[in-house]
Amino acid sequence: MEQILANGIYLGAQYAMIALGLTLIFALMNVLNFAHGQMYVLGGFVTYTFYGQLGWPFVVALLASCVTLAVLGALIEKFLFAPVIRRSSREESTMLLAAGLAFFFDAIILLVFGEKQRGVPKIVNGVLNWDFRIIMPYDRILICFLAILSIVGFIVFMQYSKTGRALRALAQDRTAAQLMGVNVERYSMIGFAIGAMLAGLVGGLLVTITGVNLGMGGPTSIKAFMMVMIGGAGVISGAIAGGIILGFMEAIGLAVLSQYGDITYLLIFVSLMIFLAIRPQGLMGKPWG
Amino acid sequence: MKRRHFLGASLLTAVLATTTSIALAENPVLKIGFVGVTSGPAAAWGISNQRSMETRAEWINETGGYTIGDTTYDIEIVSFDDQKDPKRAIAGMEKMAQEGIHYVVGPNVDDGAAAVRPVAEAKGIMYFPYAFPKELYTAPASNAVLGMVANYQSGPAIYKHLKEKEGVNTVAFIAANESDPLSQRDGGLAAAEALGLEVVSDNVTYQVDTTDFTPVLTPVIRTQPDLLVLSGVSPANAPQLIRSARELGFQGLISTETAQDATVLREGAGELANGFISVGGASTPEIASDAMKEFVERYTKMFGEYNDESNTKVYALEYILETLKANPSAIDNVKEFQSTMDTFEASNPYMKGDAKLRYVGTSSFGQKRQVAVPLVVNVYQDGEFKTLFVAEVD
Repeated sequence: MEQILANGIYLGAQYAMIALGLTLIFALMNVLNFAHGQMYVLGGFVTYTFYGQLGWPFVVALLASCVTLAVLGALIEKFLFAPVIRRSSREESTMLLAAGLAFFFDAIILLVFGEKQRGVPKIVNGVLNWDFRIIMPYDRILICFLAILSIVGFIVFMQYSKTGRALRALAQDRTAAQLMGVNVERYSMIGFAIGAMLAGLVGGLLVTITGVNLGMGGPTSIKAFMMVMIGGAGVISGAIAGGIILGFMEAIGLAVLSQYGDITYLLIFVSLMIFLAIRPQGLMGKPWG
Repeated sequence: MKRRHFLGASLLTAVLATTTSIALAENPVLKIGFVGVTSGPAAAWGISNQRSMETRAEWINETGGYTIGDTTYDIEIVSFDDQKDPKRAIAGMEKMAQEGIHYVVGPNVDDGAAAVRPVAEAKGIMYFPYAFPKELYTAPASNAVLGMVANYQSGPAIYKHLKEKEGVNTVAFIAANESDPLSQRDGGLAAAEALGLEVVSDNVTYQVDTTDFTPVLTPVIRTQPDLLVLSGVSPANAPQLIRSARELGFQGLISTETAQDATVLREGAGELANGFISVGGASTPEIASDAMKEFVERYTKMFGEYNDESNTKVYALEYILETLKANPSAIDNVKEFQSTMDTFEASNPYMKGDAKLRYVGTSSFGQKRQVAVPLVVNVYQDGEFKTLFVAEVD
C-alpha cells in the first residue's frame, strides 16, 4: 500500500507538470497543441545535450531546456499560431497547424538527435528502501520534489504576479481583458512561451529518470490530453487534479491488476469514457467552454 | 567580353555536368525495397535496417556497382515508413510492386509481416521480415525469408547455457503488450519449461509507451527469479527496465532475445547494465572481418553514429544480391530465386574464417526460409558487448 501511494505521488506529480503547459495554452488561445509531447521531448534532448554530452551542471542544462523551449514557444506563437488565428476563425486550422508542428519536430529530432534512446547520468545515486514497504530511488524522490516545487511556483506566479494575473484575465475573457488594457498579443505570446517552457522543464527533469527518444512525443501528448479531459480543459487546477488522478489510477492498476495482464490502461480508458459521458466538461471545466 | 567568358564557362559547366551525369547513370539501377518502421517508439529497428542498406548500397555504387550476370548495376534503396501499422505496410508493399521491385527487406514486426504476405505472394515479391511467426516461413507460405535468428531458436540456447553455467533454476518473463513481445514471451516460456526451469512470473506486461517501469516491475521482482527475461524488448525500453529492476534490488541475471545497442545501454543504465545478456550480430572483435569493420566505419561516417543492431541487419541486402548473382534470371522472377535458395552458398564477407552465406530454417519451418546469420550471444560489460558464446541455427 505504501509503495502504491509513493508511486502514485511520483507519477501524479510528473503527469500534472506535463498537463499544465498544455492546459495553459488551451486556456489562453483555444489551441489544442498536439505538438506538446514533442516539445517535452525537445526539452529532454536539450538537457541530454548539455548535461549528458557536454557535461554541464544539471541545473544549468535544465535552465537551457526551459529557455530554449520558451524562445521556441514564443516564436511559434508569433509567427505561426497568431497569424493563423488572425486569418481564420475555424478551430481546425490551429489543430492542423499543431499536428503539422508535431510531425515537423519529429523529423527535426530524428535529424539532429537520431533514432536511439538517450539517457543521462543519474543526478543522485542510491535507493530508499524502507523495510521493503517503499522502494524508491533517491533521484525519483528528488525529481518528484522538484516537480511539486515547480507546480507550486507556477501557481504562485499565476496567482500573484502581474503577468500571471494578465494571463488569467486573458483565459477568462479575452475581449474583457483587452478592454481592461491587457496587451492581448503580447500576453498570448508570453503564455504560449510559458506553456512550452513547462514542457521543456518536465522533459529536462524526466530525462534523468526515463531517458528520451524520438517516439515519446505522441504518447506523451495523448496522456496529457487525457489528464486535461479528466480535470477540465483550460483549467489549471483541473490539469493538476487530472495528472494526480491519472498517476494514482496507473499506480493502483499496475500493482493490483498486474496478474491479469496489461489491463490497467484499458480500465482507465473505459473509466474515462464513462466519466466523460456523464461529465463531458471534466471535473473543473465549464460546460460552456 | 566578360559576358562572353561567362557564357562560355556556363556552357562548359553544363556540358561537364551532363557528361558526368551520363557517366554516373551508365550502370542500370537495381531497386531494392525497404518497408519498415522508421518513426515512432520503434523507429530504431527500422532506421538501423534502412541505414544499413543505404550504407551498403553507397559502398557498392562507389566501387563501381554490383555485377549480376553480364550486367553491372547501381543499387538504389527505395524506402517506405510503415509506422508499425499493418495497413501502411500493405500500402508500402503495393508501392514496391508498382515500382517493379521484387526484393524487399522488412517489415520489422509480426503483424506487418503477416499483413503484407498476400501482396508479396500475388505480386511476385520476396521479402525479408524481422518477424518470428512460423506460419510466415512454413509452406504454403513461400515468399518470406526470416532475416535474423528467431527467439525460439536463440532462447533455448541462452537458457540452456545459463542453466548449465550459471545455475539458473527459476525464471520470470515480462513483455510489452503487443504482438511481437507477447509471442516471444510465449516462445520463451515454452522453451524454459521444456528445459525444466521453474517459471515464477509470466503474466506481467507493460504498455509499449511506458517510460517508468518501477511500478510495472515491482510484482515481478517480488517473485525473486534467478533470471529475468525481457521478452522482445525494444532498445528504447531495455535500459529503463534494467535500471528499474536493479534499483528495486534485483540481483539475478537479466536477458533478452532481441538485439540491443551498447551506447543506449551505457547511457540509459550505466553500470547497472553490466551482465545483461542479449543476442548480437557478427561484429564482436573475435569474429568481425575487415569488411564488417569497413561497413561500421562507413555507416558511422554517413550517419554520425553506428547502431549495433545493424550487425544483423547488414545481412539481408547481401543475401539478396548474392543470390541474384548466383542466379541472374531471378532478377525479376522470384520462383527462380526460391529454387536457388535450396543450394545457394557464398562466402560470408562479414565474418572471419570460412563462414558461409546460406539459407537455413529446415528444422524450424520445413523449408529454407531463413538467412544463416551467426547466433552470437553477448554480455554487456562497461560500455561494450563481449561474446558469451556463438552458435548456429539449424
